[in-house]
Amino acid sequence: MPDQNLAKKSVEYRKNIVRYIYHANAGHTGGSLSCIDILNVLYNHVMNIDPDNFESPDRDRYIQSKGHSVEALFVVLADKGFFPVSDLETLCKYKSHYIGHPTRKVKGVEHNTGALGHGLPISVGTAIGGKMDGRSFRVFTLLGDGELPEGSNWEAALTAAHYGLDNLCAIIDHNKLQITGRTADVCNTDPIDAKFESFGWAVRCVDGHDLDALKDCFGALPFVKGKPSLIIANTVKGKGISFMENQLKWHHGVPDEKQYKEALTELDFATSTVPDDFEP
Amino acid sequence: MSALIEQGSGVATGRANLDVFSTTLQELAESDKAIVVVTSDSRGSGKLTPFGQKFPRQIVEIGIAEQNLVGVAAGLASTGKKVFAVSPACFLTARALEQIKNDVAYSDNAVKLIGISAGVSYGALGTTHHSLHDFAVLRAINNLVIVAPADNFETEQAIRKAAVFNHPIYLRFGKKPMPHLKSPGGSDFEFGKGRVVRNGVDVAFIATGETVYPSLMAAEKLAAQKIQATVVSMHTVKPLDYELLASVASSGKAIITVEEHMINGGLGEACASFLLQNGYRNPFKIVGIPDEYTVTGSQNEIFEHYGLTENGLTDTAVKLLQNTNAKGSRVRR
Repeated sequence: MPDQNLAKKSVEYRKNIVRYIYHANAGHTGGSLSCIDILNVLYNHVMNIDPDNFESPDRDRYIQSKGHSVEALFVVLADKGFFPVSDLETLCKYKSHYIGHPTRKVKGVEHNTGALGHGLPISVGTAIGGKMDGRSFRVFTLLGDGELPEGSNWEAALTAAHYGLDNLCAIIDHNKLQITGRTADVCNTDPIDAKFESFGWAVRCVDGHDLDALKDCFGALPFVKGKPSLIIANTVKGKGISFMENQLKWHHGVPDEKQYKEALTELDFATSTVPDDFEP
Repeated sequence: MSALIEQGSGVATGRANLDVFSTTLQELAESDKAIVVVTSDSRGSGKLTPFGQKFPRQIVEIGIAEQNLVGVAAGLASTGKKVFAVSPACFLTARALEQIKNDVAYSDNAVKLIGISAGVSYGALGTTHHSLHDFAVLRAINNLVIVAPADNFETEQAIRKAAVFNHPIYLRFGKKPMPHLKSPGGSDFEFGKGRVVRNGVDVAFIATGETVYPSLMAAEKLAAQKIQATVVSMHTVKPLDYELLASVASSGKAIITVEEHMINGGLGEACASFLLQNGYRNPFKIVGIPDEYTVTGSQNEIFEHYGLTENGLTDTAVKLLQNTNAKGSRVRR
């Protein structure tokens, strides 16, 4: 049975992503819309993390390697109560902590990221720390498919398998577009699954917008005991707003007033199509 | 042998700072299980093989992958570990510079970055293995303390203090035996506080790391010529001890900075920047490696070539004072 609660959240998150990017006149719209369903499931269904336990050494960790999709992270953290969502009105404004990449100045953010190829090594170190202390927390890191050519990813992939980090789960937001064009044309990294499998990872592919499939996929972690897990989430850049989907210009395109209203109208319609007959 | 060098602990009997690092860290790790060493196939060159044997649960081998080494170290530090990321200074501070800048300094993960075989320690292995850029690039990164201990005492103190320091720090040292240098003002060691190892009124050597010892030797030689030299071990290159610099400069003496590093962006230029902007016009000379294809040879031969020796530094001091006298006094602030 589809999780209507999560489905409603995804729509609300998308509205907030577009809203705050529109007001900031800056942001990475397409990539935030492609990864938001993954973050929704992680923060609302999978991870043991909230403002009350954020200082606890046993909390699950989320490290966003594709830091430029920070708007997705910010709207989810706000919804989790880390800070009021109205804080995002200062997004990218002078002296605001809510800048174009995650920083620890914002409550709920684990590490300062944004330069690509950094999330996986940090996550590997965090997972090793957890294993050393016998802690049960898990480490989740979100990578973009466009950042895979960074060599540090593959260095860290080796280490993760070498130490059998089954408390680590990397998710690739496989939206197949990057700033220059199709990822396959810029630097083809396919087949991603075979590459990681050959490095010693356990890999699954999932529709990155199917909330129930994502829940099932995360529910199966670790996919193989003694191996790090990789989820290749097949996604659509700009997902949820028809004129943004699969359009390169929305990598960091900002909607004008007309487009903004159109986007909200589409999302409102999406909300109305989510049945209300569920227990929140 | 100078009275300022402890009895029986001269060059022949001193230990390499690298050895002192290793034994100090083993001692600390015995009682503090949060201490973790991360290496990039560098446990042998870091003298950490015994550490690995004694504390197999406190060492993480990464293999030859310095970017990953630093990223992993940052992640480990975020779980509360006291992480010593150990790798040759040349690779650590160049290959992994972005990880140092972002994952360690910017994120304020309290990693202790240990640059071993620093400067031209690798001598004839050539420029690929020299770290003559590390002060310059790391000085330009916010939230990173930079320390080059001169002797065994400073090395031990630096390791002990780094272990409990809650912010990013970079330590670099070489592998040749070093003496213990006495400090007339007592033997305190504190990051950011230079250590005066000799007092003199005519000229001051502001040196760092393994160039402090030849500076002290030069000072002894100059004394025979009735030139009295102050020698400062400016072990902390950042934050620089401005108070001490001002105090040395305000007495009007000539100042010579000495470092096993490119002149570009190193200790000397940091001192010059402070002095010039604060109105000091002391006769001033930077001794380091010039901007050229670095000569090849052993560490000692490279030091000799660039004047980082007792004789070279003595000559530099004599010439600087001669020039100053020839031009008349332009020393006072």
